[in-house]
Amino acid sequence: MMAGIDWQPLWLTLRLAALTTCLLVLIGIPLAYRIAFSASRLKPVMETLVSMPLVLPPSVLGFYLLLAFSPQHAFGQWLEQYLHLKLVFSFAGILVGSVIFSLPFMVQPVQAGLQNLPPSLLEASRSLGKSDLTSLFRVLLPNCKPALLTGVVLSFAHTVGEFGVVLMIGGNIPGVTKVASIAIYDEVESLNYAAAHVYAGVLFVLSFAILLSVYFMNRRARTVWVQP
Amino acid sequence: MIQMSLRQTLASASGPVELDVEIAIAEQAFVTLFGPSGAGKTTILRMLAGLTKPAQGRIVVAGQVWFDHQARHWLPPQQRSVGMVFQDYALFPNMSVAENIAYALNPLHAAQLPRLLEVNGLSALRDRLPASLSGGQKQRVALARALARVISSEPRLLLLDEPLSALDTELRAQLQDELLRLHREFGLTTILVSHDIGEVFKMSQQVFVLEQGKILHSGSPAKVFLQQQVPGKLQLQAQVLAIRKEDVVFILTLLVGQDIVEIIASDDEVATLHVGDPIAISVKAFSPLIFA
Repeated sequence: MMAGIDWQPLWLTLRLAALTTCLLVLIGIPLAYRIAFSASRLKPVMETLVSMPLVLPPSVLGFYLLLAFSPQHAFGQWLEQYLHLKLVFSFAGILVGSVIFSLPFMVQPVQAGLQNLPPSLLEASRSLGKSDLTSLFRVLLPNCKPALLTGVVLSFAHTVGEFGVVLMIGGNIPGVTKVASIAIYDEVESLNYAAAHVYAGVLFVLSFAILLSVYFMNRRARTVWVQP
Repeated sequence: MIQMSLRQTLASASGPVELDVEIAIAEQAFVTLFGPSGAGKTTILRMLAGLTKPAQGRIVVAGQVWFDHQARHWLPPQQRSVGMVFQDYALFPNMSVAENIAYALNPLHAAQLPRLLEVNGLSALRDRLPASLSGGQKQRVALARALARVISSEPRLLLLDEPLSALDTELRAQLQDELLRLHREFGLTTILVSHDIGEVFKMSQQVFVLEQGKILHSGSPAKVFLQQQVPGKLQLQAQVLAIRKEDVVFILTLLVGQDIVEIIASDDEVATLHVGDPIAISVKAFSPLIFA
């Protein structure tokens, strides 16, 4: 029965989740730092924008991104003309969509982790002559490892579980945008339950294993912390 | 030489307090800022370290302008060579004792690490993480780290924000001695925030008494706390612990140093006293009985 299964959607899902997580580490950590230590009056606005994907139906986000990326609109036109980038119905497009969609899952834990550190740590590091960048990498981030781990894993797991945004802007192109969650929908539509079972089972086990390992690791990190 | 003139509105539990102080400190002096909580002691240290920006004023250290409101000049904390010991020590939990100290050392002076560990009695603890240290040990690491920051600079300015307040009396006395030793050994200019009169007396050559953001008195602790010097008398600095009436007199229970004593006082002497008040008591100093 396994012989007839097309593994490509699963590989595509893993590739999308891994790349999304990498991009989110690069974008989310500086953003979390900015929001955590911002004294600006615009801080609530920044926090709201980052959190919007949590409450918006994925189809709403997907619909707006589809319009924005579409060559019929100014932004899509500009992308295609100057960057030769076509984001509609392409892997790059669902990658951008995933990054935006999973942004709060990276930013929120890291922001909370940074804010929970005693303010004197950053002050001490500054007073010891270190730049904010050095302070971030040598003092702040190493002291909120559980938060970083949570952010990375939730971003990965959330991208694996994505459906609506990918469907709206990526469609269902095998090998390009047909990720596992869409493949399941596709197989069920064509009453191919066996294949749907395989994809669904793999995603279920994968998500369970990822989350379980995070909770185990965070528990260990906390035990080490309080040990005298 | 440090000259500060600072103004800032502070938020306190009892409403806004206007901080308005002028402070001049000589090089290599040991100075204390004394006063009740919320008087602005910590804020003054933070302004000197560059962690809080005064609304108005000027800070000049050894001829270098660190802050000048009128010239809109503000030297960031990174560029002020100040060794600060925070009240909660602010040790970096991810780094060992040696790493905490090395973090503060200029790479050109990395060779000073063993000496800093040695003089602070930390050589045996060098690879321990802060979470596994006792309060007194943490205090020593924080002090060693602050020293590491200023060891390569001139003047060597050390700021201590009530670093001993969380420790028990015995350990406290021991660390006070160590602090004085380091102060002399490294030629430091030290500013200590304290609300312990005994500590102020023991440690400092000059004290600034702050209340509600203003300096009430300044000078040597003896001059400030024992306001009049009476020849031929023994003067003791004491804190009122209890006042009780017995028959026609009042009994005052006092804390003198680490000893508790009781003396008799009259109605009018007690009238203005409250529990917790610092007082000076004076007795005739001739013909005491001396026991060895």
